[in-house]
Amino acid sequence: MSTLFTRLRRDLVVIAGLGTLAYLILPNIVVTVFSFNNPTGRFNYAWQEFSLDAWKDPCGVADMCGSLSLSLQIAVWATLGATVLGTAIAFALVRYRFRARGAVNSLIFLPMAMPEIVMAASLLALFLNMGIQLGFWTILIAHIMFCLSFVVAAVKARVLSMDPRLEEAARDLYAGPVQTFVRVTLPIAAPGIAAGALLSFALSFDDFIITNFNSGNTVTFPMFVWGSAQRGTPVQINVIGTAMFVIAVLVVLAGMTIGNRRKKAQPK
Amino acid sequence: MTATEAPPRAAAEPPVHKPSVRKRLIPYWLLLPGILWLLVFFVLPMVYQASTSVQTGSLEEGFKVTWHFQTYWDAFTQYYPQFLRSLLYAGTATALCLLLGYPLAYLIAFRAGRWRNLLLILVIAPFFTSFLIRTLAWKTILADGGPVVGVLNKIGFLDVTSWLGMTEGDRVLATPLAVVCGLTYNFLPFMILPLYTSLERIDTRLHEAAGDLYARPFTTFRKVTFPLSMPGVVSGTLLTFIPASGDYVNAELLGSTDTRMIGNVIQSQYLRILDYPTAAALSFILMAIVLVMVTVYIRRAGTEDLV
Repeated sequence: MSTLFTRLRRDLVVIAGLGTLAYLILPNIVVTVFSFNNPTGRFNYAWQEFSLDAWKDPCGVADMCGSLSLSLQIAVWATLGATVLGTAIAFALVRYRFRARGAVNSLIFLPMAMPEIVMAASLLALFLNMGIQLGFWTILIAHIMFCLSFVVAAVKARVLSMDPRLEEAARDLYAGPVQTFVRVTLPIAAPGIAAGALLSFALSFDDFIITNFNSGNTVTFPMFVWGSAQRGTPVQINVIGTAMFVIAVLVVLAGMTIGNRRKKAQPK
Repeated sequence: MTATEAPPRAAAEPPVHKPSVRKRLIPYWLLLPGILWLLVFFVLPMVYQASTSVQTGSLEEGFKVTWHFQTYWDAFTQYYPQFLRSLLYAGTATALCLLLGYPLAYLIAFRAGRWRNLLLILVIAPFFTSFLIRTLAWKTILADGGPVVGVLNKIGFLDVTSWLGMTEGDRVLATPLAVVCGLTYNFLPFMILPLYTSLERIDTRLHEAAGDLYARPFTTFRKVTFPLSMPGVVSGTLLTFIPASGDYVNAELLGSTDTRMIGNVIQSQYLRILDYPTAAALSFILMAIVLVMVTVYIRRAGTEDLV
């Protein structure tokens, strides 16, 4: 009797968990299914009939692929900027004791503890007051700013769990500071840096609120989708959404496989 | 350090390990670019916004700093329903995220076995698909007369939510329920990942130990698992509540004029009405409310090592 209850309770967790997973995945399924739709009106919210048209011509909508490539460019530059700046900060915070360390920690934490709209609005206040033209550069500046904290958090976590004796060993073996850093420190910190970079890319590519405030007339992909929600949503948006999901799953899967293989290759 | 004790110290240490000025400056050089970036594009904007919030004037004549603090009071009294609604929606969404996210995080941490990576990917993957596209998909899912609404209606769910004031009649779209549903959906991964991280760290031998001491599974959960997962619960709820309270996308796409949150007000004040002082005051009030709530919460939850 009691084992029956135990089983039921154990399975309850599984059922509830899978239910949540279904809730998470359901919109992705709808996006995929509706990428094969042939809607009659301007909006792609109701199923009409099966069609491959959108997949044959994903860039058939004016300005959509332009906005997509702009978003990709911004995401690449923002990732580079935030990763370099953030990794340096993370190393300084973990490896060195210096004055104002607490203040720096709080300054890093604050952007994550603030509603995005507050940062978005304050940046707009800055740009308006200084008379700076809104566009590509203001978007990039904003994206690097809010991605920075996430990179610091990811790299910090990794460097904190690093065994300092490995570097000592390298130094004992007469490796110079540069050699130690490049051959020992950096490879160990790499997964943290990669995670921070990946997170930056996703955050920047998908950011809407901060971009909405600071883009002026420049249209990134999320801005394009936002506009289309008012004017009419082309099916091609669903094609892009589906492709992004598939690519993301494949990239993460590949990353995990490489990681697992590495782990097996060098048992700790 | 006085001059008299400096020489013997320097002499005692071998010359190779003498911490040179250059070496002591390394952390500052590492910090400089990033911190400068944050100071110029995060702190300075706040200062500008603070100055904007106490300005008066108009777009045509220009704005001047007049220390007009009245704007704060006016903005708050005019828009307190939107403030309350934002906190209510964000709070409900956070509670739902915890309720929905915990079983999944638990499942991935303890029960998934070789499916663990796949499940994790399925939780993370939405990050890479545009969240606006997915939010628009909810318009299809919750469409009037659609299958989801039909089932909810049939099982009497909508009667309950109507009574609670969350829905109207037999529709879900353009009601508070739709907005809360969208918020819950959008921020769920931010709840699951920290929960998973802290659950995964728990030594499963503790579960066995609790079982050996005749604790029933639920008691084990209540006395062992849940308390040990508190860091995850705290950071998960913060990562959900903070962005949800300032969100305006879900209210705009899935709600109606009756579900406007404070984010919608700030957005339209800044980008459409162009009343910058009021917009700045509103976003400072939102920031203050969130910071106070978060500080109190972190104190009470007692996890200061979180940061």
